[in-house]
Amino acid sequence: MSAVTALRVEDLHVYLGESHVLQGVSFSVAKGGVTALLGRNGVGKTTTLRALMGLVPRTRGTVEVQGENVTRLPTHAIVRRGVGYVPEDRDVFAGLTVEENLRLSERGGDGRYDLVYDLFPELRERGRQRAGTLSGGQQQMVAIARALLNDNSLLLVDEPTKGLAPLLVTEVAVALERAAELATTVLVEQNLGVAQRVAQHVVVLDGGRVVHEGTAAELFASPERVRELLGVHGGHN
Amino acid sequence: MEATISTFVLLTITGLGLGAMYFLVASGLSLIYGLMGVLNFAHGAFITFGAYVAWWITDQIGGSFEVRLLVGGACGLAFGAALGALVELVFIRPLYRRPVEQVLVTVGLALALGALVYGIWGADAKFFPIPDWTLDTTTILGANIPNDRFVEIGVAAVVLVGLIALLRFTRIGLVIRAGVENRAMVTALGIDVRKTFTLVFAIGGSLAALAGVLSGVYYGNVDPVRGTSLLIYAFIVVVIGGFGSIGGSAVAAVAVGLVQQYANFYVADWLDWSGAGDVSVMLLLASVLLLRPEGLAPKVAH
Ligand SMILES: Nc1ncnc2c1ncn2[C@@H]1O[C@H](COP(=O)(O)OP(=O)(O)OP(=O)(O)O)[C@@H](O)[C@H]1O
Ligand SMILES: [Mg+2]
Repeated sequence: MSAVTALRVEDLHVYLGESHVLQGVSFSVAKGGVTALLGRNGVGKTTTLRALMGLVPRTRGTVEVQGENVTRLPTHAIVRRGVGYVPEDRDVFAGLTVEENLRLSERGGDGRYDLVYDLFPELRERGRQRAGTLSGGQQQMVAIARALLNDNSLLLVDEPTKGLAPLLVTEVAVALERAAELATTVLVEQNLGVAQRVAQHVVVLDGGRVVHEGTAAELFASPERVRELLGVHGGHN
Repeated sequence: MEATISTFVLLTITGLGLGAMYFLVASGLSLIYGLMGVLNFAHGAFITFGAYVAWWITDQIGGSFEVRLLVGGACGLAFGAALGALVELVFIRPLYRRPVEQVLVTVGLALALGALVYGIWGADAKFFPIPDWTLDTTTILGANIPNDRFVEIGVAAVVLVGLIALLRFTRIGLVIRAGVENRAMVTALGIDVRKTFTLVFAIGGSLAALAGVLSGVYYGNVDPVRGTSLLIYAFIVVVIGGFGSIGGSAVAAVAVGLVQQYANFYVADWLDWSGAGDVSVMLLLASVLLLRPEGLAPKVAH
């Protein structure tokens, strides 16, 4: 099992302030493909990704990346094990140019600029523009590009289509499909159309725990189950 | 009329000379706060210690005043850098993610290091070896300007250009600028930002020491409270200039130096009141805080 496991999370507990947000989250992600991490608003999806990255203190639990225990490693060391992170709020460096944002994220000096500019040609044209002056969609491209620039084995992507116009949603979905060919991807996505399109596996959070794990096809085949787990109408968007 | 102009020129260049020292202290403070969120009260001790080490070396070696000053100054700077790095590694790093404790530790260090200076060198001022030519004057628009002012202004200008080049053209500078914006995201790109913390403390320590050495040239001596008095103005400069902004610090340092000089002369002359310079600086601070609470520059290192 461990040879083909890209990510294993065991009994993860996180407190934010007084609230016990993650109450023993456990799931595994096999190598390859896209796993959608789903759940209602405020259920702890972002917190889960941040905890995997070592960006919030974990009180209990184990995180393994490619079979290696990274629970006690600092964030930068986890990333250097081949983890790319696209945060919920994009978090591009507003005062840096697009090109500087990319250069900063380059590890080891041979960034995959061809791939990134092929996916997002706009970024090449806007290399000298300050990231803070970009549109939300363009900032999202920078955020995804930063994660794709390195040869990562695991990508953690948090709501990449949030707040984007339909055309951009499609562009981002295409990029995610391409990214998934290169690295195992864990995708938090509220747009179920996108999740259904790109994901093969689903993990659903509720009440601080995983309440469902399975294939995407099986979950999305049952609108009742989708409604029950996510509190929304499933199916096509 | 000519006397009026020459007085104004003298005040302006003296204000710039003071501003130069404020800038050297403020730029380090500002980078440290911008990157790490730590208000470093120990910065004053870097100033004082740097100046004393420089003086002590000049006292140990022979040669012309210039050589002694250069060698002593270089040693003072190196000591300031080492002290800064040491403080970060030993006291700040273990308190990572606990900013209140970090600030308290710097206050404690400021007191302890201040006491150490008294213990080692006593309370009396120590005289710097000042080359004669720095005491001579150059006449500009009728004003006789002591030459040391040009040294202070020139050194600060070189440091300003150097810092801007560091921030703009180097990988370290890129990491610092990004870290000032969002430290967590820098680590999420796989960068060990703690190395940058140590480096920024070392840079801040050496620039503070440089300010201490230049103050020795400006005043002709160094005393145990030198760091504390410069630090107060530097804090004001950082607040006015915007935390994390080198350009903002430079502009604010010049503004504070000039306002202080002009007010000390013109208002004091007019009202026969000697506290005018400090009160004017406070008024400047208050008006910037009211009009632009984030300081002159946004929180971006540039
Ligand atoms: N700093 C904090 N202190 C206390 N509680 C917090 C903090 N940050 C988030 N929370 C709470 O933790 C819970 C989980 O938040 P999280 O952002 O992980 O949810 P999410 O599933 O990503 O939500 P969304 O779908 O809105 O993105 C929420 O109820 C939120 O209110
Ligand atoms: Mg979220």
